[in-house]
Amino acid sequence: MGRRILFITTDQQRFDSLGCNGGTVARTPNIDALASSGINYTRAHPQNVVCMPSRSTMITGQHVATHGVWMNGVPLPDDAPSIAATLRSAGYKTALIGKAHFEPVVDPFGRFVENKVATTGEETAFHVLPDGTRVPHRGFDHLEFATHSPAASLHYSAWIRENHPEALGMFLPNLDMDLEVNSKGGGDTNAPQVHHNPINKEWYHTDWVADRAISWLDSLSADDDWFCWMSFPDPHHPWDPPQSELHRVDWRDLDLPAGYIADSTRREAVLRDKPAHWMGWYDGSFVSNYEAPAKWIPATLTADQVREVNAMTHIENELIDEAIGRVLTAIRSRGWTDDVDIVFTTDHGEMQGDFGFLFKGPYHVDGLMRLPLIWKPAVTANIAPSVVDAPVGLVSLAATFAHIAGLSTPEYVEAPALPVSNIDAQARGFERVLTEWDSVLFDKVVRSRTIHRDGFTCTAMGQGTLHDGTEGELYDHRNDPLQRMNLWNDPAHQAVKSDLLSDLRDHLPRTVLPLRTCDAPV
Amino acid sequence: MGTVRREQHIECPPSTTWDFIGDPARLHEWFPLTDCRVEGKKRWVTTSTGLTFEEDIVLLDHELRRFQYTIVNNPLVTGHLGTLDVIDDGHGHTLAVYSTTMKPDVLALVIGGAAGVGLKKAKAILEGTV
Repeated sequence: MGRRILFITTDQQRFDSLGCNGGTVARTPNIDALASSGINYTRAHPQNVVCMPSRSTMITGQHVATHGVWMNGVPLPDDAPSIAATLRSAGYKTALIGKAHFEPVVDPFGRFVENKVATTGEETAFHVLPDGTRVPHRGFDHLEFATHSPAASLHYSAWIRENHPEALGMFLPNLDMDLEVNSKGGGDTNAPQVHHNPINKEWYHTDWVADRAISWLDSLSADDDWFCWMSFPDPHHPWDPPQSELHRVDWRDLDLPAGYIADSTRREAVLRDKPAHWMGWYDGSFVSNYEAPAKWIPATLTADQVREVNAMTHIENELIDEAIGRVLTAIRSRGWTDDVDIVFTTDHGEMQGDFGFLFKGPYHVDGLMRLPLIWKPAVTANIAPSVVDAPVGLVSLAATFAHIAGLSTPEYVEAPALPVSNIDAQARGFERVLTEWDSVLFDKVVRSRTIHRDGFTCTAMGQGTLHDGTEGELYDHRNDPLQRMNLWNDPAHQAVKSDLLSDLRDHLPRTVLPLRTCDAPV
Repeated sequence: MGTVRREQHIECPPSTTWDFIGDPARLHEWFPLTDCRVEGKKRWVTTSTGLTFEEDIVLLDHELRRFQYTIVNNPLVTGHLGTLDVIDDGHGHTLAVYSTTMKPDVLALVIGGAAGVGLKKAKAILEGTV
């Protein structure tokens, strides 16, 4: 028997959403307990700030330049490296339960396994290798998928259709009739993608994901080694938690988040000091990425709408924490607790009011890049609790899982296992973390590359629709934790900038060409 | 309107390529579809998810080796023109080009993605590698 692995992910969750990271609204005692008894990383970044590229990094242990999922809608090839496959080869039972999103969701041609497996009645899907060997999809013995509503052809949708068909229309559709991200407003403030959802809490996808994870764990033998990726679709929009839970956080009671600049004149001055795509999104003249609703203009966002979106998000985060608590109780009842490593993180953040924005896009600031990442090693591993301030990336997850399983680092990964302390981080060279962005939405092109090192975040814009490749952003987090002062053109910071850009060029893998095609909007 | 284009080089004479992918009734043999039916200037195609698209054939030009069609009577699609060109690459082989322009814009990406895998399959069939 080895160490089992419970890998918990959420979708679009901020670092500051958790009590252990300074959050003061959502009650997250289960995750906080993991942090206090494990390793809490305070500077963890994704390698891309939207779902498909970031999740592809998690499973492959590779930077975006290498795995090639350069934007949402670019499918990760079926034969891409997978840490789940590596663990399975070592004897682990493997499952992915909840949101996958390595393949496009909008799939009318039925091309992608993720959208088909629920209809087959099989526990997983298989591929046949050239030598005739049958291997499960991405190395998972068990697949059960969900997304943000029951609209798609996934397991959660089928479960709702079969058991609670009256709930099918209760969610806010994430896409509108033009297949754009829905800009429809709702709730009390008409905030985009806020919706009062009359669904029973027990039918909501957060509880469903936990229920299905518990069911799969119950199916295992006591001495099985296992890797369970439990992937919650929340707190990603639509912000439509069960209406019965709205009493938990009244948006009217919330302070505005620190990142929101209430004074519009000051807000716009801050945005004008950033590269042009910031202001272009704000005033609606340049909506460059599909993940931002094409018909919503951020400049119209009100303070009360920010409060309501934040309240809904806090509620969703509380529900996730409680669902995690149920799964941990189930693990305890099987007697596994001392042998289970638990890793908690998310794929990217959410603006949630910062600078007057919601949603996400090519904006490499803490709202989208600074993620919660917690590793609670198995008790049997004898690893002391710690807080790691060194920069780390989700690119280290695959090697971490291999390390937990007692395997050598897979050849395909591009980053070592996570450090267990600051001393370990220093000894093993965890100095920087890199993030890439490329998007081509018909005639709108944005490219950027970012490094975080020595307390600075430095983003170099590539040539694109609004940029000639000389623009960028430089933030000094020690003196400007909210990233309001862009030092890119500050004479006093040119040496720092030059050093960071040189370091970025030295450490970012070369992009594998030709780029894969984008086969769907998301 | 969103517009995308997919190209595929095929080691096969353009006339042979055109006989195959230029036949509107054989679309399901290379495009990711489960069924395809042609009646006069009308075509109906069905995907594996059970969706059926009704199409008007706009142009079938055997001289130019160009096929054009448009999706009609679809509540989601408010504008569409699809074009398939089979071009001599100058060396006796084929450059096949599939382009689509449509509204909703983002659906063009999906059609383009399907066309991309479809053209790869057509290449494999025509070059005898499947």
